[in-house]
Amino acid sequence: MVTALTDAYMDSIPLVCITGQVPTHLIGTDAFQECDTTGITRPCTKHNWLVKDIKDLPTIMHKAFHIATSGRPGPVLVDIPKDIQFKKTEYIKKEDVIKKIDQAEVIINNSEIEKIVELIFKAKKPIIYSGGGVINSGDKASELIQSLVRMTGFPITSTLQGLGAFPGDDEQFLGMLGMHGTYEANNAMHDCDLMINIGARFDDRITGKVDKFSPNSKKIHIDIDPSSINKIIKVDHAIVGDVHNVLDKLITVVKNKYPNFKNSNKENISDWWKQINKWREKDSLSFSQGKKTIKPQYAVQRLYELTKNQDTFITTEVGQHQMWAAQYYKFKKPKRWMTSGGLGTMGYGLPAAIGVQLANPGKLVVDIAGEASILMNIQELSTAVQYRLPIKIFIINNQYMGMVRQWQELLHEKNYSESYSEALPDFVKLAEAYGAVGIRAKTPDELDSKIKEMIKSDKPVLFDCMVEQVENCFPMIPSGKAHNEMILGPKDEKEMKISKEGKVLV
Amino acid sequence: MTKSQSAYSESSSNESIERHIMVVWVDNEAGVLARVAGLFSGRGYNIESLAVAQVDDEKNISRITIATNGSFSVIEQIKAQLLKLIPVYKVASFKVDDKSIFRELALIKVKGDKKNLEKAKEICNSFKAQYLDTTEASFIVELNSTRREIDRFIKELKPYGLASVARTGPLAMSKGAETTETNKGKVI
Repeated sequence: MVTALTDAYMDSIPLVCITGQVPTHLIGTDAFQECDTTGITRPCTKHNWLVKDIKDLPTIMHKAFHIATSGRPGPVLVDIPKDIQFKKTEYIKKEDVIKKIDQAEVIINNSEIEKIVELIFKAKKPIIYSGGGVINSGDKASELIQSLVRMTGFPITSTLQGLGAFPGDDEQFLGMLGMHGTYEANNAMHDCDLMINIGARFDDRITGKVDKFSPNSKKIHIDIDPSSINKIIKVDHAIVGDVHNVLDKLITVVKNKYPNFKNSNKENISDWWKQINKWREKDSLSFSQGKKTIKPQYAVQRLYELTKNQDTFITTEVGQHQMWAAQYYKFKKPKRWMTSGGLGTMGYGLPAAIGVQLANPGKLVVDIAGEASILMNIQELSTAVQYRLPIKIFIINNQYMGMVRQWQELLHEKNYSESYSEALPDFVKLAEAYGAVGIRAKTPDELDSKIKEMIKSDKPVLFDCMVEQVENCFPMIPSGKAHNEMILGPKDEKEMKISKEGKVLV
Repeated sequence: MTKSQSAYSESSSNESIERHIMVVWVDNEAGVLARVAGLFSGRGYNIESLAVAQVDDEKNISRITIATNGSFSVIEQIKAQLLKLIPVYKVASFKVDDKSIFRELALIKVKGDKKNLEKAKEICNSFKAQYLDTTEASFIVELNSTRREIDRFIKELKPYGLASVARTGPLAMSKGAETTETNKGKVI
């Protein structure tokens, strides 16, 4: 539970967790199954409550849902002792509780907006860096960010959590940025003269080395959480507010001041686009697919091609497969991509897929998984079967904890400690044991037809995709390097040396 | 020192570290002190001293005063993090300058023979300490002053039978008619 709460806390996911406690008169006596739940979860929730009086319960429950979903969303926990669970009380209406909580809107500073619009007007090498805050702000925020990108003609990159806010197959989209982001996105971040951060938090997997982070840019930060401003990266202009409110104002001001901005500004940023297209020519996501074994990148690519024409929801576990999913699956809509970013929780994808399928009956839900991650919560397969939720678990099976192995390769002289699995279950039989469908693909030839078979099935499917074992996740910003010092593939890797100091703290 | 090559940032801050007194107004409810103290320890901030008591019976508000140290940006970050806690109303930080008042209370017990007690009393008198309890072999005084003054007082008493010290840590208040406005961001 602590892992799940911390996960939700870091990725700003609204979550209300209700737990049972021993009867109030036994609290503090080391009673059977007693646990200081509110104490344990205090640092990983926005707020939590121990309900000691039944009269408080209606108020607390309303507040719990309000706090979880408002501002920067996050987890809350309500701990209810056994004796309270058996009591009854008068219901209090939500409106009578919530109106007492300070609900005044954040006042968006107009002069700051004006200053930002001036910077947008002047910029020669601009980039928009959008994050999960855009998704959390609602579908309107995604629409607005699209109109901002269209009306400015600016390039846009996205964090892992922000994927889907802007269509992944669009010309103006540079792909994901950060440690496993594209060459063009990271170089553009490094060389830009104006960075507009919308709903992202300068995470260390994004910034790389902070003192080499985008050295020559003016930085703008739009975020709902005041504590995110100037926490990691000092910015020149900050606006605290809900993304869709801020963008709404920003776009209105741009429209009024500079009608037809895109065309008038084209000249201004045309050199920038030329440079970006040069970086693009590196084709940093390229890979060579042979005839014998399936490359993991190819597996995700085929899954994308065969599912892109229907509304598909993707969840992931954590590791190499997650990065490949982020790189090769192109999301066109927000809230189609559920992944554990901040905490990196292996085992996230299967329960998440179950939740997504429950919320979206009839839609295709695929958990892109690793063979190690999936075993962390495999018991939930019985939940999927029990509730007849036809989720698809697409295992990229390389028989390694691939990301762990990749780092052991880079930093520990290939001292592969506990990263190789010699005793994996037979996933097809495992699926059958649970009453689900098991499918295995071993060669590139059979991959498409097997994926189609998976999609067609109206049952939960465990798809064992046997892939090239030693493939690593590229491109990559190695430790201690800046955004413009990426390694693109295994060839670079050999030439690259990570200093002793760099190895320690990654 | 060789520069770290890590992907993580290092503490490359050149900002000077200063002593600050953080004042936090909170709902006086179960666990609120643990939330505030836990935030400090969890994020690696230092608590030098901490004083807390209810200051408004009607609204049920407590005032927590925490002495800490940090650079300007760290203090700003502590403030922003404190304001995110649900039971926190407002936060102020005071620096040691001429814009604010700092006061700390110390209770000090001295015991020893007559000669030493005589000497100790001389020191107490020069500091204008108040006597709260006196016996043949001991006495307790109260001193209400700044941290530095109390430090000096204790140092001087040490050779003459200093037996026990209790200190509240500093309380802080801004000078003049000014009070701290509610600065809680409207976002929960």
